[in-house]
Amino acid sequence: MNATVKPGKLIKGQTGDWEVVIGLEVHAQVTSNSKLFSGASTEFGGEPNTQVSLVDAAMPGMLPVINEECVRQAVRTGLGLNAQINLRSVFDRKNYFYPDSPQGYQISQYKSPVVGEGEVVVELDGGNTATIGIERLHLEQDAGKLLHDQSPTMSYVDLNRCGVALMEIVSKPDIRDAEQAKAYVTKLRSILRYLGTCDGDMEKGSLRADVNVSVRKPGGPLGTRCEIKNMNSITFMGQAIEYEARRQIEIIEDGGTIDQETRLYDPDKGETRSMRSKEEAHDYRYFPDPDLLPLEFSQAYVDELRSQLPELPDQKKARFIEAFGLSPYDASVLVAERESADFYESVLAALADKARDGKLAANWVINELFGRLNKEGRDITASPVSAAQLGSIVDLIGDGTISGKIAKDLFEIVWQEGGDPRELVETRGMKQVTDLGAIEKVIDDIIAANPDKVAQAKAKPQLAGWFVGQVMKSSGGKANPQAVNDLLKAKLGI
Amino acid sequence: MTDLTSMTIAEARAGLASKSFTSLELTDAHLSAIEAARALNAYILETPDQARAMARAVDAKIAKGEGGPLAGIPLGIKDLFATKDVRTTACSKILGNFVPPYESTVTSQLWRDGAVMLGKLNNDEFAMGSSNETSCFGPVVNPWRREGSNTSLVPGGSSGGSASAVAAQLCMGATATDTGGSIRQPAAFTATVGVKPTYGRCSRWGIVAFASSLDQAGPIARTNRDAAILMRSMAGHDPKDTTSADRAVPDYEAAIGKSVKGMKIGIPKEYRLDGMPAEIEKLWSEGAAWLKSAGAELVEVSLPHTKYALPAYYIVAPAEASSNLARYDGVRYGLRVPGRSIGEMYENTRAEGFGAEVRRRVMIGTYVLSAGYYDAYYLRAQKVRTLIKKDFEDCFAKGISAILTPATPSAAFGVGEKGGADPVEMYLNDIFTVTVNMAGLPGIAVPAGKDAQGLPLGLQLIGRPFDEETLFSLGEVIEQAAGRFTPERWW
Repeated sequence: MNATVKPGKLIKGQTGDWEVVIGLEVHAQVTSNSKLFSGASTEFGGEPNTQVSLVDAAMPGMLPVINEECVRQAVRTGLGLNAQINLRSVFDRKNYFYPDSPQGYQISQYKSPVVGEGEVVVELDGGNTATIGIERLHLEQDAGKLLHDQSPTMSYVDLNRCGVALMEIVSKPDIRDAEQAKAYVTKLRSILRYLGTCDGDMEKGSLRADVNVSVRKPGGPLGTRCEIKNMNSITFMGQAIEYEARRQIEIIEDGGTIDQETRLYDPDKGETRSMRSKEEAHDYRYFPDPDLLPLEFSQAYVDELRSQLPELPDQKKARFIEAFGLSPYDASVLVAERESADFYESVLAALADKARDGKLAANWVINELFGRLNKEGRDITASPVSAAQLGSIVDLIGDGTISGKIAKDLFEIVWQEGGDPRELVETRGMKQVTDLGAIEKVIDDIIAANPDKVAQAKAKPQLAGWFVGQVMKSSGGKANPQAVNDLLKAKLGI
Repeated sequence: MTDLTSMTIAEARAGLASKSFTSLELTDAHLSAIEAARALNAYILETPDQARAMARAVDAKIAKGEGGPLAGIPLGIKDLFATKDVRTTACSKILGNFVPPYESTVTSQLWRDGAVMLGKLNNDEFAMGSSNETSCFGPVVNPWRREGSNTSLVPGGSSGGSASAVAAQLCMGATATDTGGSIRQPAAFTATVGVKPTYGRCSRWGIVAFASSLDQAGPIARTNRDAAILMRSMAGHDPKDTTSADRAVPDYEAAIGKSVKGMKIGIPKEYRLDGMPAEIEKLWSEGAAWLKSAGAELVEVSLPHTKYALPAYYIVAPAEASSNLARYDGVRYGLRVPGRSIGEMYENTRAEGFGAEVRRRVMIGTYVLSAGYYDAYYLRAQKVRTLIKKDFEDCFAKGISAILTPATPSAAFGVGEKGGADPVEMYLNDIFTVTVNMAGLPGIAVPAGKDAQGLPLGLQLIGRPFDEETLFSLGEVIEQAAGRFTPERWW
């Protein structure tokens, strides 16, 4: 067992605490224009059976030819998972009968996968991290889809998805609770999306997870595992793990034993149920596919791909912390999604002084922009405020042209009406007043009009805040807050 | 018109070029011959309209001086090759009336070079058989008969239709495929020349797969020269078949008549079987003597793992077949026998669609790949395969140019005579030929003589990888010495 495994949340049973042991097999659809072994399109959502080549339909005498782009994507993913890249790997046939598999076998990689061991660092609550080991990544064909709602007596089959390249990414059993599992899939998805090797769209089924769950007494021997198939939502996966762990604990505590089996999660009922037992499990009769030569490439090819990898979330996070003094939490929030990170990078690019305002920009992206987007249920890619506009607002704060408070008003105007923030500040007279004479005059007027408040403030300096408020109000929020404070203290003698 | 059908491809090529006759005349002559020879059951689909259309088109091209290397030559096509818009069944009920919307690479190259398709030829179901008796269209009859006998003999298999049609002059040449001897054994049984090229020499794309790592397409013809002419069109790299070799295709015909002087010819002692008929022994010695008198040097060689080849073959080939034939499930094309569930539909379809021999091999293959048996059978068979390959490599490393062996352990046998009780009796037909497939090497069977009953016997030459040319040179020496053999017409 991996010595770096992070203990997870234990589950209390009648006989004491239980530890959950989880391993994940994630199926990630490879981003490519054509399928793994045929030239057919991989476009999602086409009319049934319109993206099917003779090879996909397993017509007699058809032969698979490897799509090099899919290999490239698998290798890039392996590099992104800090994994060993195998310069020679083998495609095997996994034999089983089902109408969604026209060949009667799936071309997969069994004994010699293209990618070997690697690891993923995942972010947990409270700024903690855990390192999850990767066992392997291999390439395989996706299956078609059965349509059961087209006829009362027949099922129909749509082969559009049949033969699309999948990467099966197998974790080591290093995951110890639902939170870690969710964090792992979240991070994996993020890495894939940074790499552009999988769109990570779980709703479309581009990313699906099979979850192996077992329970044991902490430090005890591993329990019998059950596999929950085809989870296509991170939230449901978390629920399924919680349910399944408790189910297993109850059985064991009642004196029963766990049957190794494949289960399905029903999100409506919030429970898992048996799909097939170990006895019913297929004998896949794996053997090397004689239609395909072993997959071989050079170290130079791998090195070339490595040199072209984009900056990945962990590297980006470290850079944000290092260069702009972001907190690890803020940095994690920004890098979690490629689009967020890209947006922040664009804001940074728009700044006049990145070193000075990088952190301020992060605050604005996270608190103002994300907050507002969340509130309206909008995606970052549909933000009404562009990165350039936000950068400009941050610039205006950073160079003292406007106060933070005015900036919020400005943000609102830009959100609602658009426009160049710097121009808006000019035309709408939102500029911060730093003219000490003008501020002094306002202060003098207020002091003169409120002798009682002056007395109170002199007795209790905290009450000076009332004067700050009045001055800001009177200046329409444009007075420089620091100047107001300094002048007030002097005038009130506090 | 008999003259037209008895010509060789080389002769017909000259006649067409000199405008002595047209391709349409040549084609019509063959179509008539086919019609008159239905008793042989060599063709399972005659395509006269298409044949005449192709012949007319090629005649027009010849007139303009645009004919290709096979311009106007009528050929028969084994039913394992997908032919666009022409029914292709692999002689299995399970494919029913399957009409492919695509053309196999090999046949498309033949049409590219101007050949004319006469029809589809019978074969053992999915090429599984050594007598052409497993075809769902019934057995093919060998045009050869024992002297003074009316007994119907098998033409060998699985390319029995091809061999029979070429021998009976129902086409000038035919495509065939060879997984364990399916070109060479029928060639030997019918006094034709059959070439199993090096694995990867011809594209497998569009050929119904039996055992992918062993299957190779090749020609059956009446002379070495004709086989060489056909090979040049059939061979070549195909990006659609990853296992096809990216090598230039030589002018095989140039090897015909080339001197074999100084070539070292291996005589493998392990091929001298106990109880081998004296006639086969004699034929082998004669063949060796002919090569020697042509200037070749005979060397006894050892291929120590030969005896394991047949058992290993009957693990590897069925294993691949069990997987290759999984696609015939009644879902998308071909036969479907309904059932109450998908499982039942599969069972009904496959039980009715596959013949007994195919079912047997699918079951053997499924068994040897099963968990717990894989290592003992499939993995071990692959190791044997490596050793067999190494036997040949060692031999060639000693300067051996080719190896001479008998093609078959006997002459053609009677329809229904063999394999009824014990399938191994039938499997033993391939004892001299399977090693070549296991090692991926080229092999040729050439007619070399007759047995006491007047039935043809063949010799096999095994070559270095991609050295089919040497086989043609040596085959021509045997052809010149032994002469050509034509069956007497009784049909």
